[in-house]
Amino acid sequence: MKALYSLFLVFALAAIALVGAGALGMERTFGLYIPFLAAAVFVVGFCWRVVQWGKSAVPFCIPTTCGQQESLPWIKQSTIENPSTTTGVVLRMLLEVLLFRSLFRNNKPQLYSDTRVRYASSKWLWLGALAFHYSFLIIFVRHMRFFTEPVPAFIRGIESVDSMLQIAAPTLYLTDLIFITAVTYLFLRRVVVPSIRYISQVQDYFPLFLILGIGLTGIFMRYFAKVDIMAVKELTMGLVTFSWKVPQGIGVIFYVHVFLVSILLMYFPLSKLMHMGGVFLSPTRNMNCASRKFRHINPWKFENVHYHTYEEYEDEFREKMVEKGLPVEKPL
Amino acid sequence: MSTLPRPEELYANINHTPPKTDWMDVPVDIKPGRYCYAANPESLNYVGFPHARKWNPLDEDWKLPENWKEIIFNGIRERLDKYRSFKVFMDICVRCGACADKCHFFIGSGDPKNMPVLRAELIRSVYRGEFTTFGKLLGKFAGARPLTEQVLKEWWYYLFQCSECRRCSVFCPYGIDTAEITIMGRELINLLGLNIDWIATPVANCYRTGNHLGIQPHAFFDMIDFFCDDIEDITGIRPEPQFNKKGADILFVTPSGDVFADPGTYTCMGYLILFEYLKREYGLDVTWSTYASEGGNFGFFTSHETMKRLNSKIYMEAARLGVKWIIGGECGHMWRVLHQYMDTLNGPEFQSPNMIVPTNPITGTVFQHAASTKMIHITEFTADLIKHGKLNLDKSRNAGIHLTWHDSCNTSRGMGLFEEPRYIARHVVEKFTDMPPGTIREETFCCGGGAGLNAGECEELRMMGGLPRASAVKYVHEKYGVNMLGCVCAIDRAVLPGTMKYWVPEVSVCGLHELVGNALVIPGEKEREVNLRGEDLPGKEDE
Repeated sequence: MKALYSLFLVFALAAIALVGAGALGMERTFGLYIPFLAAAVFVVGFCWRVVQWGKSAVPFCIPTTCGQQESLPWIKQSTIENPSTTTGVVLRMLLEVLLFRSLFRNNKPQLYSDTRVRYASSKWLWLGALAFHYSFLIIFVRHMRFFTEPVPAFIRGIESVDSMLQIAAPTLYLTDLIFITAVTYLFLRRVVVPSIRYISQVQDYFPLFLILGIGLTGIFMRYFAKVDIMAVKELTMGLVTFSWKVPQGIGVIFYVHVFLVSILLMYFPLSKLMHMGGVFLSPTRNMNCASRKFRHINPWKFENVHYHTYEEYEDEFREKMVEKGLPVEKPL
Repeated sequence: MSTLPRPEELYANINHTPPKTDWMDVPVDIKPGRYCYAANPESLNYVGFPHARKWNPLDEDWKLPENWKEIIFNGIRERLDKYRSFKVFMDICVRCGACADKCHFFIGSGDPKNMPVLRAELIRSVYRGEFTTFGKLLGKFAGARPLTEQVLKEWWYYLFQCSECRRCSVFCPYGIDTAEITIMGRELINLLGLNIDWIATPVANCYRTGNHLGIQPHAFFDMIDFFCDDIEDITGIRPEPQFNKKGADILFVTPSGDVFADPGTYTCMGYLILFEYLKREYGLDVTWSTYASEGGNFGFFTSHETMKRLNSKIYMEAARLGVKWIIGGECGHMWRVLHQYMDTLNGPEFQSPNMIVPTNPITGTVFQHAASTKMIHITEFTADLIKHGKLNLDKSRNAGIHLTWHDSCNTSRGMGLFEEPRYIARHVVEKFTDMPPGTIREETFCCGGGAGLNAGECEELRMMGGLPRASAVKYVHEKYGVNMLGCVCAIDRAVLPGTMKYWVPEVSVCGLHELVGNALVIPGEKEREVNLRGEDLPGKEDE
């Protein structure tokens, strides 16, 4: 049901663009104003959220330690999983952000008869997430050719590697295939696995459908509708150089694609997609684990509270202590 | 107290398929056997916790203060500013489900609200509804819901079904630590006087007498004296531990569970034998304290502030006695507090400037990694002694033992203490076999009784939570003949014997220093015939 809501919502958004940019001829709105607004909302919103997190204090050193601590010199420390130096922390974060280290650990418990639980390695989520994020990144970088003139060599390089199979014309990008497959997997997983379906909400399905919609409209316009690429570039270059103009005859599918991208950009700072920024701020991963070696300072003070001092303790128990021969500060 | 079903029955009833109804529409059903009794108001009053009153979780009316919602909302607001962890963890979960099947309580109970992601969503949903624009505008559509009495009861029930073991955080791609969310949640409901007694009373006890069990100084002395009697019977040598001794070199602090109940008491006898040995051989000067007679810190399960108040005694006592540094005994969450919180909480306020970086006077080893806290774990200390050949160990005395190792949650995921205990274990027992990967080290399973869930009345929950641990033990028991489960946590020693008896009755539980105490040959001791438990040593059965 929640998935259907989200699907419907994405269809509705596509319809808005179809009608708006198509039937009503509002190409300027859908080609220039909304994308520009969306980009602004994204940048401002993203920064705003990160600043809001950054304003909260980090009172304690609470990393999750996933390997041997630094202790005696002859015991081999796990310098990345339980880092005690900044280099270690940086490497730990890089492994997490670039290779999804924690997801790689994933396993799955299975109940056997005879009161036994076994664990099997389960790397599908890791693989799906990695495929999704990296293909998304490459597609994003590829799109930079629409915003640069001349197109930098590395973007051309990525393009030629991506289309090395030379299938069809225009040549098929491998990342397009991987991307669609990965998003579909991430969606199916949510619907098929009962426990994942149970925890999934509209906000989990919506971005998946939105991103899928963006991918499909993009693919449709590249391989099937074949929009006027030169005209598109004219528009996008105009957008970034602030000489805004809308060339005629791009094709309405382009506006649907751009509108969905704009929605994604605006939705981003409001949603769980902010994990992109948040992952860097997670105190369980980005802190040094040597909390006995280096003092971590809490920026706020505890309110003045009473401590139970030794004097008060001895006053209550002095007699009993003396009786047992335990040393006391004040005699009876 | 509920009647506990037989293990096969309990196991057969685990169902990991969640209901069809949306989780927000499933009302909380507080089941006997899975919750702990409400806090005794006297205990709450003793440490000045608000809204102390008599109430019963099974009653409809929890006698909440009139402005309870306001108290909660203000509490959340304050904590969002004070803890980046809380704020970030409220915002960035993508519900990928990597944590879902990592919680021992979920694996053993099948209750979907024990999936860490959902346990956190219980609080996140309210946060979204009250603290985010999106949630305010779109309500349930944005995963938000209002705070009602039902929701509060659900918080209480499930926050006390989390042992704060942090296993889920190991698998989370953003490091979201549900324990951290549970800590905040417990702080919040604590503002309404909604704690459990198995936490509140130890806290009050610890504040007054220095330890959770409320052992007064003379009784503390007697209990340890009792162990000295036993040790004398077994070895012919009587340890003479020092108490509250000014000018001692080292202060020793251990969980009070070790002086109170088996098998922790045997571990305590192990400490006594080790220190006596070191005193006689090398003149090591260690003192116990009756005032700081607790390493554990149940304040951690109420609020950061209470944790600080209880923890302060260790540094205050170290300063009063003028010791150079501190050794801490075998305990789980005690070590999370000592490792990750103590220095921040009380270092600047109470730590004496006369303390030095812990230095083992016998081996010369400087424990640089504890340069700031001035406190080391006893296994770090003992491992160092063994490495330098300073202990005369006869592991044949533990020949009847085939040991496996339970990495305690907090020393694993809040510290990284893995090799030190194993190194010691291999020097004091002949047979040692680790449990399978995925169930040990940072992926270790909780005993099911951490974070204050060791009360008698929630035994069923504990047996469910103990299943993953027990199952791994069962594996090495059947495959290799393991008959002893070692650990470095007093809660483990209190909980796991019951769990083993239930799931793997052939396996016993011990602390590491019990085995050290058995193996250590004190100069001049008589020939031992029994171990610290009074059981015949291997080869001595017939004499």
